[in-house]
Amino acid sequence: MNPLTAQQLIDLAYLIAVALFILALRWLSSPATAKRGVLAGEIGAALAVLATLCNYEIVDYKWITVALVVGAVVGIPLGLVHMTAVPQRTALSHAFGALAAAMIGIAEYYVRLPHVAKFEMVEISLEVIIGSLTFTGSLIAAGKLQEILPQRPITYKGQNFVSLSVLGAAVLLALWLVFHPEHSHLFPVMVGVSLIFGVMLVTPIGGADMPTVISLLNSYAGLSAALLGFVLNNKALVVAGALDGSSGFILSVIMCKAMNRSFTNVMFGAFGQVQVSASKDKEERTVRSASAEEAAAILGNANSVVIVPGYGMAVAQAQHKVRELYDTLIKKGVDVKFGIHPVAGRMPGHMNVLLAEADIPYDKMIDMDAINPEFPQTDVALVIGANDVTNPAAKTDQGSPIYGMPILEVDKARTVMVIKRSMSPGFAGIDNPLYYLDKTLMLFGDAKAFVGDIIRELAGGH
Amino acid sequence: MTSDLISNLWVFVLAAFIGFEVIKRVSPLLHTPLMSLTNALDAIVVVAAIIICGRHKSTLSTVLGAIAVAASFSNMVGGFIITDRMLRMFKTTRTKKP
Repeated sequence: MNPLTAQQLIDLAYLIAVALFILALRWLSSPATAKRGVLAGEIGAALAVLATLCNYEIVDYKWITVALVVGAVVGIPLGLVHMTAVPQRTALSHAFGALAAAMIGIAEYYVRLPHVAKFEMVEISLEVIIGSLTFTGSLIAAGKLQEILPQRPITYKGQNFVSLSVLGAAVLLALWLVFHPEHSHLFPVMVGVSLIFGVMLVTPIGGADMPTVISLLNSYAGLSAALLGFVLNNKALVVAGALDGSSGFILSVIMCKAMNRSFTNVMFGAFGQVQVSASKDKEERTVRSASAEEAAAILGNANSVVIVPGYGMAVAQAQHKVRELYDTLIKKGVDVKFGIHPVAGRMPGHMNVLLAEADIPYDKMIDMDAINPEFPQTDVALVIGANDVTNPAAKTDQGSPIYGMPILEVDKARTVMVIKRSMSPGFAGIDNPLYYLDKTLMLFGDAKAFVGDIIRELAGGH
Repeated sequence: MTSDLISNLWVFVLAAFIGFEVIKRVSPLLHTPLMSLTNALDAIVVVAAIIICGRHKSTLSTVLGAIAVAASFSNMVGGFIITDRMLRMFKTTRTKKP
C-alpha cells in the first residue's frame, strides 16, 4: 500500500469518528439515550487515535507511549473525582485542552520557521493566543472553584483598561509576527502576554458568575481546537472544535439570559463587588424564624412541596440528607418536586448532577420555566442554600442590581421556608425581601444538619 | 494553500451550525455531562499531538508534542469516564423502583 492510500484510510477513519461525535451529542438530548451517546463518542475517539498511530510520518513511538501513559494516569483519577468537585474538574479540563492546543501551535511555528506564509501565521498566532489565555484563565477559574483562590472578584481601579491593553499588546505582537515571522524571539513574548491576559480575564470575576465563565472558557477551548485544525489542515479537529465551541457558546448565552446580563457585563462588570446603593429604607424589619419541629409539622401536613436547591446545598454537602427528606415526605404522600434555576450552583446543570448523585429521580427535577406556574398551587417552597435566584426584588425593585433577572417565584407559594446560616446577605450583598414576607419562615442553621433535624422530627412526630 | 483555508472554513461553518442545532436540543438536566462530553470529544487534538510528538522534527517539537499528548489524552480518558458516571446516576421514578 503506498503512503497516499494509507493517508486516505486515516482520513476516512477521522470522518467516521466525527460522524460518531455528532451522534454522541444528538443522543445527549435525553437521559434515556445519553449513555449510547457516550459509547458513540468513545468508539469515535478510539478509532481516531488508532488510525493516527498508523500515520507514516511517525518515526518514534517512545515518547508518544510515555505521554499516553502519563495522560491515562492523570486522566483516570480526574474521571473519578467526587461529584461536588465537578465544576473545578471541568475548569481544569478546559485548561488541559487549551494547553494541548497551545503547545501544538507553538511547536508548529518552530517547525515551519523560517518560512511561514502570512495566513498561516495569522492562524497560528490566533490559535496560540486563544489557547494560552484559555489555559491560564481556566486555571484561575479552577483555583477559585477549589477555593485555593478567593471566590470574590479581585478588582482595582482602571482594571479594564490595563487588561485590554495587555490583550492589545498580544494582538500587536501577533500582527508584527505575521509580517516578520522570522523574528522568532517575539513569539515567546506573545505567548507570555497571552498567558498573563488569561489571568487578568478571570481574577475579577466572582464565584456567582462561574457558570457563565466556565461556559465561555469551554467555548474558547473549542475555538482553539478548531483553529488548530485550520493550522494543520485537519478537518476532524475543525469539526470537533466547532462542536465544542458552539456548545460552550450556547451554554454561555443560556447562563447570561438566566441572569439577565450581557457578556460584557459578566466579563467586565465585576459583579458582587460594588453594591454601594444598598437598601435606602433601613427601617427595622422583622423576620419569623422556626424550629425544625415546626418546619417538620408544616412539611408533614403539606400536599405539595417544591424544594429549591442552590450552591449552599452543594457547599454543605446536603444533597443526601435532602434525598432522605424527599423519601420521608413521599412516604407520607406528599408530592415533592425540585425547582432548578439555570444558574443555581457553579456550572450549568450543577444541581441536577448533585441531586442525581443522591438518587433523586430526574423527572422530579423541574426547570425554572416549567415550575414557576406551579408555585401558586404549592403549599411549601423549601429553599436550601439558594438566595439571589429566589429574590423577588428582581421583579419589583428597579434599583436592585439583579432587576430583570428571571427568578424562581417561591414567593407565590403558600408558605416559604428558607434554610440559611444567618441573616447576613451573601457576598453579592443584595438584600432579599423574600425573608421579610409574612409567609416566610427562616430556618437558621447548617443546611445538612437542619434537614437532618427535620427528618428526625418527621420520623418521631407522626 | 489558501484553498485549504477556504475548505476548512466551509467545514467549520457547517459544523458550527450542526453543533447549534444538536446542542440546542440537549436537555438542561444534562448540561454538566454535555460539558464533560464535549471536553472529551475536543480532546481529539490528541491526534495532532501524536503526530507532532512522533515525527521527531526537533527536540522542542517532540517535548511540546509529548506535553500536548499527555494533556489531551487525560482529558479524553477522564472526560469519558466522568460523563459515563454522571449519566449512570440519572434515573427516573420508573427505573428507580422496578
